[in-house]
Amino acid sequence: MPSPQSVPSLIEVRDLERTFDVRRPVEGRRRRVREQVRAVHDLTFSVAAGEMVGYIGPNGAGKSTTIKMLTGILVPTGGQVRVAGLDPSRQRVDLARRIGVVFGQRSTLWWDLPLRDSFELLQKMYRIPPARYRENLDRFIDLLDLEAQLDTPVRQLSLGQRMRGDITAALLHDPEVVYLDEPTIGLDVVSKGRLREFLRALNAERGTTLLLTTHDLQDIEALCDRVIVIDHGTAVYDGSLAGLHAEGGSSRTLVVDLVDEADPIDVPGASVRRVEGPRQWLSFPTEASAAPIVAAVAAAYDVADLSIQEPDIEDVIRELYSRGG
Amino acid sequence: MGEAAARHLRTYGQIAWLWIRAAWQYPTSFVLLAVGNGLITGLDFVGLWIMFAHLRDLAGFSLHEVALLYGSASLALAVADTAIGSVERIGTYIRTGRLDQMMTKPVPLLVQVCADQFTLRRLGRLTQAAAVFGWACTYVDWTPLRVLVAVSMLVSGALVFFGLFVGFSCVQFWTTDATEIANAFTYGGATVTQYPLSIFPREVLVGLTFVIPVAFVNWYPCLYLLGRSDPFGTPDAFQFASPVAGLVTGAAALLVWRTGVRHYTSTGS
Repeated sequence: MPSPQSVPSLIEVRDLERTFDVRRPVEGRRRRVREQVRAVHDLTFSVAAGEMVGYIGPNGAGKSTTIKMLTGILVPTGGQVRVAGLDPSRQRVDLARRIGVVFGQRSTLWWDLPLRDSFELLQKMYRIPPARYRENLDRFIDLLDLEAQLDTPVRQLSLGQRMRGDITAALLHDPEVVYLDEPTIGLDVVSKGRLREFLRALNAERGTTLLLTTHDLQDIEALCDRVIVIDHGTAVYDGSLAGLHAEGGSSRTLVVDLVDEADPIDVPGASVRRVEGPRQWLSFPTEASAAPIVAAVAAAYDVADLSIQEPDIEDVIRELYSRGG
Repeated sequence: MGEAAARHLRTYGQIAWLWIRAAWQYPTSFVLLAVGNGLITGLDFVGLWIMFAHLRDLAGFSLHEVALLYGSASLALAVADTAIGSVERIGTYIRTGRLDQMMTKPVPLLVQVCADQFTLRRLGRLTQAAAVFGWACTYVDWTPLRVLVAVSMLVSGALVFFGLFVGFSCVQFWTTDATEIANAFTYGGATVTQYPLSIFPREVLVGLTFVIPVAFVNWYPCLYLLGRSDPFGTPDAFQFASPVAGLVTGAAALLVWRTGVRHYTSTGS
């Protein structure tokens, strides 16, 4: 495996900072007071080509400010950003050709016209060679099951179909990086599943780099090998999903139903968190194996039933936030 | 440079064409809007007509002379308004995030903003203005140079209005919800030019020449078409200066636009 240095990174963010001047009314003073707010600060990360990264954080943490700086919509007040070797705010129009952006709650499709018309306009805007356009369109509508909807006015599409249309629209020009902002918001379980499957296939087949902001942690679990957690404007975690669990001190839970009520179970490697009649909850570290603990419990007690609960990533992240704040 | 401009113009046309097609999804509404618009602007000129039933002239200008002023200004305004009128809405685009969306497309922002929601609803105004202008033209004593001045007047006039629309809309980059201020200068300027400027005091003419240069949209060139000198005694050279005014206003507007976008990208407001 090549060392991280030898892989040219597609997104390079160093000491990124963005402050905003806000005017706030202050009691007892006629004029509003000017105040500086740091939306993003000391943010450093890089993303290699082909990675799928989840960019998560609570509302107001600086997620969209970061995305705006990565796409050139906002000029940073400090630090550096490079995307595909370009300076986003200075070379915004050139960069636009090489990236795709999907805002989950805002469609770019022509509401009253068939899906096909929106796609054809994009072909012209991005000057996609006709053969390449045909090939991409065929591939995407096949994968996303949009064939039948191509000639339907967008206003008649379901939310899921429209989202798939928007994603197709963002991909027709073969972008190297795709930013997806809440791509599964409002979708039903089946549509969500289908979309995730598609994004995985896109990444596998074309090596498209994906940066995903979402509140749906299942999106992250299904898609991202790497997670960057941002809170109060800076990254509080950057690493694998498994590492996130360890970092957050998360643990798995063994739920034991005993035949009779008993004192708290005492086995090595696990501790009792709760007792309720014959049922007891034992927690143990995520990285530890459940087998010896189960065996120890079964050897020492009369067990009616056993089950294991995986840690909830939401709890993990909540734990991280509370520590960071 | 020329190649890029042609490409942007083509993209503009492609976007505008989709909006026309989208509007055609509701043909009745489309036709009613255009007709209604034409009727309202038609009444505008009828008002002038009625005025002339009681007056022999307006500040020394006869009905068909006033019609020439009115028609040429309306025509230039209608063309500019149709082509780039949606630039007025950038405040809304900023609020809804649509501007951000446009910024992720590989087409200059101004092209996208101007073409957005392109509508032929001004078709009524355009027809009405062209009819009044055409009628007034039959009273002009044409020479080759006058034809040239007339053509340059319409093109430059549209360019002046383009500049005013774009320039004043940029106010919204600093404070949202300032469409009214922009309207005061664009539509206000247009209304003023529908009358002979000799009805106003001299200071107004100076303002309309050097500050908001709408006097070049019709007043100066029309004086030449009508073979008159300026009642205020401004140099006759002004009668040929419309293209200069158009280019200066247009260039100034582009500069203001770029500054506005720079401000936007650095405040994100």
